[in-house]
Amino acid sequence: MKFRVLPFVWLTFSGGGVVAAVFLPVLVVLLAFALPLGWVDPSHAHLEGLVQSWFTRIALFALIVPMLVHAAHRFRYTVYDGLQVKHKVLVALACYGGAMVLAMAAFLVLTTV
Amino acid sequence: MSAPVTRVPSYQRRIGVFWWVHKRSYFLFVMRELSSIFVAWFVVYLLMFVAAVAGGQQRYDEFLDRATSPLLLVVNAVGLAFLVLHTVTWFALTPKAMVLRLGGRRVPGTAMLAAQYVALAVVSAFIYWLVVKA
Amino acid sequence: MDDSIAMQVTRYRPDKNSQPVPVDYEVPLRTEWTVLDGLNHIKAEQDETLSFRWSCRMGICGSCGMNVNGEPRLTCATFLSDYAPGPVRVEPLANFPVVKDLIVDITDFMEKLPRVKPWIIRDDDVTEIDGEYIQTPEELEAYQQFSMCINCMLCYAACPVYGLDPDFVGPAAIALAERYDLDSRDRGSRERLDVLIEKEGVWGCTFVGECTSVCPKHVDPAGAIQRYKLKAAQESVKAFLLPKALRR
Repeated sequence: MKFRVLPFVWLTFSGGGVVAAVFLPVLVVLLAFALPLGWVDPSHAHLEGLVQSWFTRIALFALIVPMLVHAAHRFRYTVYDGLQVKHKVLVALACYGGAMVLAMAAFLVLTTV
Repeated sequence: MSAPVTRVPSYQRRIGVFWWVHKRSYFLFVMRELSSIFVAWFVVYLLMFVAAVAGGQQRYDEFLDRATSPLLLVVNAVGLAFLVLHTVTWFALTPKAMVLRLGGRRVPGTAMLAAQYVALAVVSAFIYWLVVKA
Repeated sequence: MDDSIAMQVTRYRPDKNSQPVPVDYEVPLRTEWTVLDGLNHIKAEQDETLSFRWSCRMGICGSCGMNVNGEPRLTCATFLSDYAPGPVRVEPLANFPVVKDLIVDITDFMEKLPRVKPWIIRDDDVTEIDGEYIQTPEELEAYQQFSMCINCMLCYAACPVYGLDPDFVGPAAIALAERYDLDSRDRGSRERLDVLIEKEGVWGCTFVGECTSVCPKHVDPAGAIQRYKLKAAQESVKAFLLPKALRR
């Protein structure tokens, strides 16, 4: 069987789609609305304990990477079909490259905090 | 093998850049695909939150303060709307994209759809508990 | 109900027009008349030079596909009365080059279809003399839906990806590949996978889902393509990530 990278990208895209659909809404409601607007008020010490646990950090990284691949893959085809930008290679490099840069940033943030 | 084909002269129509605005289903499709921008944005936002929390009480308070600015609230509200569109369409398309078999029987699409919403509820409750209560 | 309805038919006469132009006609509106009946009335009574394809008038031959009010339809199965008071806009099937009036050049589809090897492939030398291949009702049911395709190409006209990226092999061809893959008599999955795992194969599809919406035979090409992606991904994982002992 021929080796092709696209099946693996698509598998990660799908995994990221599931993660974004299942995990992200509650996180957004909490972090973007409930906490800043004071609907809930967990102490800073509690949240600090949470983000400093290795479990949280590994889990976050495992959720974030497929979501980035998901976004990059989807946006790539949106740019290509929706906006008809025909520089296929350039668009792919920008999208997946951007995802890779963000994944490295995530790694740095999650290992240094 | 196939017979040789004669090419006839023909008129090639062009597709405009805004092909997706004229038809509801195409428009919804492009909106669904654009949710990817906000998925990426919320990943960045999540990382900024983690960094702020880890940076101590003061940085965390600053972060919350900035998050209540009208601009960020609007961006996040729009983003959440796109995210909900992603969740709803993703759940709806999953039973069409895969066939699950349990004990030789095909799992009906409605059962797969319901299972995904149950998963969403369980995960949401768990994360809420983790962040707010635990 | 009015006794007539306006039809706006796209005409393209290569010797006269530099590009397709809409021409208005008025045809009788009868409850049992389809868009195809309207076109035949125009050809018989008003302008015999109007060109379009049709044959069976009963949704089997797949040759009378056109865009009716922007939507790919079999014109023999689309009633004029559903568009009253009109006008009914009839255009050649989208995404294909126009040869004349409502006739499109389907060469591209005819070249793509055999690429996915839509026939039963065997790895043995069993011939009809050795008897039939026995198939259970369950085995028939597994692929039956995908075998209903009449090659009308409405799905190609509905697919924006095919319109924007002519390399994409397209909905009907992939649905037919799935039809033979799911056939218990077939042994050709690997050969078809080698074709469809390429970037012109299944990966261009972004699951717009319109191919399935417009299919007059409920074939569900969109579902077939997504399932094919999953199959290609599973096979790739098996072939390149799992240790040899775990592969099937």
